Amino acid sequence: MSQINRIDGGLIDQEKPVSFTFNGQLLQGYEGDTLASALLANNKHLVGRSFKYHRPRGILTAGSEEPNAIMEVGSGAYKEPNTRATVTKLYKGLYAKSQNHRGPLEFDFMAVTDFFSPLLSAGFYYKTFMWPKAFWEKVYEPAIRNSAGLGTLSKEADPDTYDKGFRYCDILIIGAGATGLSAAITAAQSGAKVILADEDFVMGGRLNSETNEIDGLPGSEWAIKTVAKLSAMDNVTLMTDTTVFGAYDHGIYGAIENRDVEARADKDKPRQVNWRIYTKRTILCAGATERSIAFGNNDRPGIMLASAVRTYLNRFAVSVGQRVSVYTNNDDGWKTAKDLFNKGVNVVAIVDSRSIEPVMRVAGAQIFMGTDVVGTKGRRAIKSIKLSNGKTIETDTLAVSGGWNPNLHLTCHHRGVPKWNEELATFVPDSSAPVGMSIAGRAKGTMVLADAIVEGHNQGSAVAAELGYKASNSDPASTPIVAYNISAQWSVPSGNNRAWVDFQNDVTAKDIKLANQEGFRSVEHVKRYTTLGMATDQGKTANVLAIGIMAENMEQTMEETGTTIFRPPYAPVAMGAFAGRRRGMEFYPTRYTPSHKWSAKQDAIFVEVGMWYRSQWFPKPGETHWRQSVDREVKQTRSSVGICDVTTLGKIDLKGIDVSEFLNRIYVNAFAKVPVGKTRYGLMLREDGMAMDDGTTARLSENHFVMTTTTANAVSVYRHMQFCHQCLWPDLDVHMISVTEQYAQYAVAGPNSRKLLQKIVDPEYDISNEAFAFMAAGEITVCGGIPARLFRISFSGELAYEIAVLTRYGDSLMRVLMEVGEEFDAIPYGTEALGVMRVEKGHAAGPELNGQTSAYDLGMGGMVSGKKDFIGYTLGLREDLQRDDRLQMVGFKPVNKNDLIDKGYSLAGAHLLGLRDDATTENDQGWISSSVYSPMLGCYIGLGFIKGGQNRKGECVRAVDLVRGSDVEVEICSPHFFDPEGERLRV
Amino acid sequence: MSNTRYSAFKVLKEALTGHKGWEPVWRDAEPKADGYDVIIVGGGGHGLATAYYLAKNHGITNVAVLERGWIGSGNVGRNTTIIRSNYLLPGNEPFYELSMQLWENLEQDLNYNAMVSQRGIMNLIHNDAQRDAFIRRGNAMLFADAGAEYLEAKDVKERYPFLDMDNARFPIKGALAQPRGGTVRHDAVAWGYARGASDLGVDIIQNCEVTGFNIENGVCLGVKTAKGDIKANRVGVCVAGSSGRVMAKVGIKLPIESHVLQAFVTEGLKPVMDNVITFGAGHFYCSQSDKGGLVFGGDIDAYNTYAQRGNLPVVEDVCSGGMAIMPIVGRARLLRMWGGIVDMSMDGSPFIDSTEIEELFFNGGWCYGGFKATPASGYCYAHLLATDESHEVATAYRLDRFRRGAMIDEKGVGAQPNLH
Amino acid sequence: MIINHPLLGPRDSEEFVYLGSADLIDRPDWESRTVADDFHQYQYIRENIAGDNRELWYHEQGDQSWLLVTRNTLTHEIINVELAQDVSRSMGRGK
Repeated sequence: MSQINRIDGGLIDQEKPVSFTFNGQLLQGYEGDTLASALLANNKHLVGRSFKYHRPRGILTAGSEEPNAIMEVGSGAYKEPNTRATVTKLYKGLYAKSQNHRGPLEFDFMAVTDFFSPLLSAGFYYKTFMWPKAFWEKVYEPAIRNSAGLGTLSKEADPDTYDKGFRYCDILIIGAGATGLSAAITAAQSGAKVILADEDFVMGGRLNSETNEIDGLPGSEWAIKTVAKLSAMDNVTLMTDTTVFGAYDHGIYGAIENRDVEARADKDKPRQVNWRIYTKRTILCAGATERSIAFGNNDRPGIMLASAVRTYLNRFAVSVGQRVSVYTNNDDGWKTAKDLFNKGVNVVAIVDSRSIEPVMRVAGAQIFMGTDVVGTKGRRAIKSIKLSNGKTIETDTLAVSGGWNPNLHLTCHHRGVPKWNEELATFVPDSSAPVGMSIAGRAKGTMVLADAIVEGHNQGSAVAAELGYKASNSDPASTPIVAYNISAQWSVPSGNNRAWVDFQNDVTAKDIKLANQEGFRSVEHVKRYTTLGMATDQGKTANVLAIGIMAENMEQTMEETGTTIFRPPYAPVAMGAFAGRRRGMEFYPTRYTPSHKWSAKQDAIFVEVGMWYRSQWFPKPGETHWRQSVDREVKQTRSSVGICDVTTLGKIDLKGIDVSEFLNRIYVNAFAKVPVGKTRYGLMLREDGMAMDDGTTARLSENHFVMTTTTANAVSVYRHMQFCHQCLWPDLDVHMISVTEQYAQYAVAGPNSRKLLQKIVDPEYDISNEAFAFMAAGEITVCGGIPARLFRISFSGELAYEIAVLTRYGDSLMRVLMEVGEEFDAIPYGTEALGVMRVEKGHAAGPELNGQTSAYDLGMGGMVSGKKDFIGYTLGLREDLQRDDRLQMVGFKPVNKNDLIDKGYSLAGAHLLGLRDDATTENDQGWISSSVYSPMLGCYIGLGFIKGGQNRKGECVRAVDLVRGSDVEVEICSPHFFDPEGERLRV
Repeated sequence: MSNTRYSAFKVLKEALTGHKGWEPVWRDAEPKADGYDVIIVGGGGHGLATAYYLAKNHGITNVAVLERGWIGSGNVGRNTTIIRSNYLLPGNEPFYELSMQLWENLEQDLNYNAMVSQRGIMNLIHNDAQRDAFIRRGNAMLFADAGAEYLEAKDVKERYPFLDMDNARFPIKGALAQPRGGTVRHDAVAWGYARGASDLGVDIIQNCEVTGFNIENGVCLGVKTAKGDIKANRVGVCVAGSSGRVMAKVGIKLPIESHVLQAFVTEGLKPVMDNVITFGAGHFYCSQSDKGGLVFGGDIDAYNTYAQRGNLPVVEDVCSGGMAIMPIVGRARLLRMWGGIVDMSMDGSPFIDSTEIEELFFNGGWCYGGFKATPASGYCYAHLLATDESHEVATAYRLDRFRRGAMIDEKGVGAQPNLH
Repeated sequence: MIINHPLLGPRDSEEFVYLGSADLIDRPDWESRTVADDFHQYQYIRENIAGDNRELWYHEQGDQSWLLVTRNTLTHEIINVELAQDVSRSMGRGK
């Protein structure tokens, strides 16, 4: 396996070959390669197809800014689309495929679109595909969707894990090039806690790509030495392969660490870690990115940024061609020619758009000053270039440098706006960077290495000093001064040849011109109209170039033209990394009651409520349909006794001399005079007069109350009560704590419930009807001294109790209750039976307390006290809330008892219509909120809301469910279907 | 003045002649010295649509749209492109259904392809209580002729085998779909309305921030702007996230808070999903654009802000919602995220109304859902501005509804904007 | 964001639940002659300031304190953090 472009040296290990596959071909690179450098070593220039025209494209860059070399890496569920080959570390067995083509890469069938490109100009879509009307969705759009897109998802669940981590430091330094390393050294020497992060898997930045000398060492060796020094310091954390993608408020930065290779070796390791870094100060040393120049056919494989050519040459020991030309508008491009020459590569021409003296002489190279490249030839690889002086030069690689743009993205994440620098012909950060961020080196526009090192050095020290650390007194590293001179050159007149600006999205200089001509003059309009800068490379190589072209078109300055807004992420981030471990069952926390294991053993079916898992019903052998189980549970409870786990209800313990007054202000009904040993039902409103929650509150002693809330609202009610106390009435003597998780609680309901409880309640406590009447509450002991709280309250309408014990006794209490209940055929019942019984009793629950209903709507107007202030009182009196024709809660029962019996669904969700009305919004009279099959009544029943319902009992209307196709005549009735006088619960 | 009609012939002709004949999509105007019949403050989707319908439906063409920056720079240029009319309450549903009907005819009406794509929207159901609530909603939709369809779990699975149906924290038990829902190329809506309005004579004036209002004896006589004072017989404010700041200039406080809503798009991918999928329990919704990016979003950041940028907790929360429901997206990379300032009202529903100042009107409070309302908002606002009467589908959108207790609270969460 | 809790020091805003304007502390008198108007203003009308906003945050994943945070809505800079109950008392609220 030959690597025909490989030369000696580089920062790779040529002793360690690494085999990989590209488009089915087995190839070899070396340890230390990226996928891109290994492909180039094997002379693979054509690596992909562009988004729109499917133009053949080669590797343009050597970094995260790459627009062309994006491919599918990995196979099966591990396939990762749109992966930039230029930052993918090569590993053994890496499997890569080019993407976005039909048929082989070399003969993409879709390339036919390129021939229609005159038709497919910017904004083309908006002007056409409108005829005939129905064709957009059926014909045009599916065709566009299929040809668009880039890579393909595996359509399998991501098999890898992602972690989330938190780190804290004094100074975060972003970028570990010469500037960042210099800053890190002085910051760390001062004693500050430093994190140094770099997106590359090797620290050193451009030093690894260049031939600079620092402190007498080759730059890359100086970097290794400095990194070694830093890693020996306890106050420094080094993070390679870590992209700081966003600057957030108050010194919080998001960073993604790539651990792909580790994860591949060990499946338990995360593929990536999403770090949240909390820092006091930040120094951005992110360097700069080179840009291209727009000239005719500047997109052919083999045309590369000049700096990338040096990276491949110096770092990866790859000569990207044998006969290389250089086209530049600045001094930096000449470095490429020099480095190539020094490595023995043939440089055939240096073309510089500036009319100045040649920067240097390079043996064998023709030099053209004040000259531009106006065209190129070679469909799948460049063969020659045409110059503005008419000459054609045969070449197999063209290195282009249009100048450098500071990587100032993070400085704009708080909506900072860069400013134009004419001398550097680029945008540089202005003073609007996020609070706490300073900028050094080329990210700031300090293009000369020697100056950048000094800047990093000084800032590291100064920032540490600002934080109170002792400034370092070391000297900055020294390096020869190499000038950077540039004269802006954006686009070259190229006749009919297209000059590409955004390579991935196929935006040309002409597209920009057309957008401007059509009135899209704001840079944001141009971006949106042409899709410029919206590809996976985020326009890193394209944006400034495009702004230059726009400024020329509209004859205005760069400053007037302005930039689009840089937002996170600096480079694209896998969604899995943001999600971390939160997926599958770990997406949300799960809460289990103490009887959960017992219930699971009884084959309970669970349902999620407020993060809790509650038993929904308990199927018995032979029961094949859930209704059989639920009907049995209801009947058995109503005829003997049933036990239901109600641990999930919110429980709030309140103590203090003002608790009764406090309750009086948060409930609609009076609470000032609840006797000790009694429980009272309470309805709580929001301040806007709508029902918020209901529950019971028991007075255990003079100054001690315990409240229950609904399961769903436990958290928000407690928060509301804290608000009322801390913000509204801070001096009321009230102390409260949520004890939801501290107590297990069971409802014991049914005619035999007292008899059952008497078997476990310790004998000194009398719970007879006389001693412990309906609504009684008390602290008792059970099973020989276990403390418990007993409440004689009933949701089912039966003689019933709720008994609470400390959570650690919860599991055994359930078992004991079932054991002693055996003689009564006690059964456990779930939330379904609970729901059936509460609808039979007409109790409002979640579907009725839906935040859109008032106390009056719920038929609880009679409870509302007019003698006191309470939350929701005043706003509850507003005219529309007091209207007689509001939707009011009532009961509904089918006129024909057999209706819906065979349907498998209830009345819930049906809307209510007059007997002869059409189903229209105007005729809509209300809706059914809860509906169940009542085994006691032998038919479906429902609770619901209908206009003026409280005065319409006895009237018949239709419950119409167009969604499921039913239309049932129902009678409006009292919601109290079963035992309306409430006799059963008082016995 | 009038723009050339877009036709297949014109497109072909221009392709062959180097596109030299394309004119500006809209006319960039400067303020008229003698003022306007109506000034619309705000060149977003709603403002431009209002101007268009004023001219088209009511013949009022002496109209200017004043935009602080570039047209479409507000929420019409930064949203998740979804259209739907799947509302619950009678105050809302007929309005959004009108909007849907206007979307359905938008392209023919404007002769501009905004890529209205009725690919369907699907709200996932995870338990019985949610099913009941969605059946209620589905019936409200069917009563309003908006269309609705209940899907069993197996139907959902058949359409989207990659959804995490059974092993998830929230197993999928079904879905309520609106087949007529879908997506629209958002920027093109602003451009299309701008073109339509401009063709009918409306002046579109960019880079013209309104800095104040000229009020005399309680009557609004015009606006002060970066380009000088401009007279108007009537002024309609339509500035979404800037509502609070603009109305503060005349001392009007609103039942509105400004919040940031973030939205997200991944790198381009070959087609994986047709529908818009909404996973309410996990605060995540997603569709795939014609370019291939998965476009998704979730909750607002929950604190008042005008900063047009969000923070990490919501980013992570939304992405975990995505991974929870469709774990195939783990390796799809989030490419862009952005934050738009939304004018969250106290009940989650909007306002289209007159104000206490004569000849000054207000349109706002669209929360995170203004995009889908664009056509009807413009239609009804134009109706109000032209006739002094609320359009029949927008009668509930009055500013005094809280005083009366006539809230339109779809979610039932009360007067806390960040919960809507 | 980071909220500098007066008792607990700097905490990530993720630990908190946001309510809204600190004006909600100033609950009107139910027996005032302008009670309907007062409660309407109190519950529904917002300053919605573009600038320093006084707002209520609840430390739900922490000590359950309600905090009054003064935060700039343009820059997110937090200028001041107080215990809401102290502010409430200083405004003359007590029992």
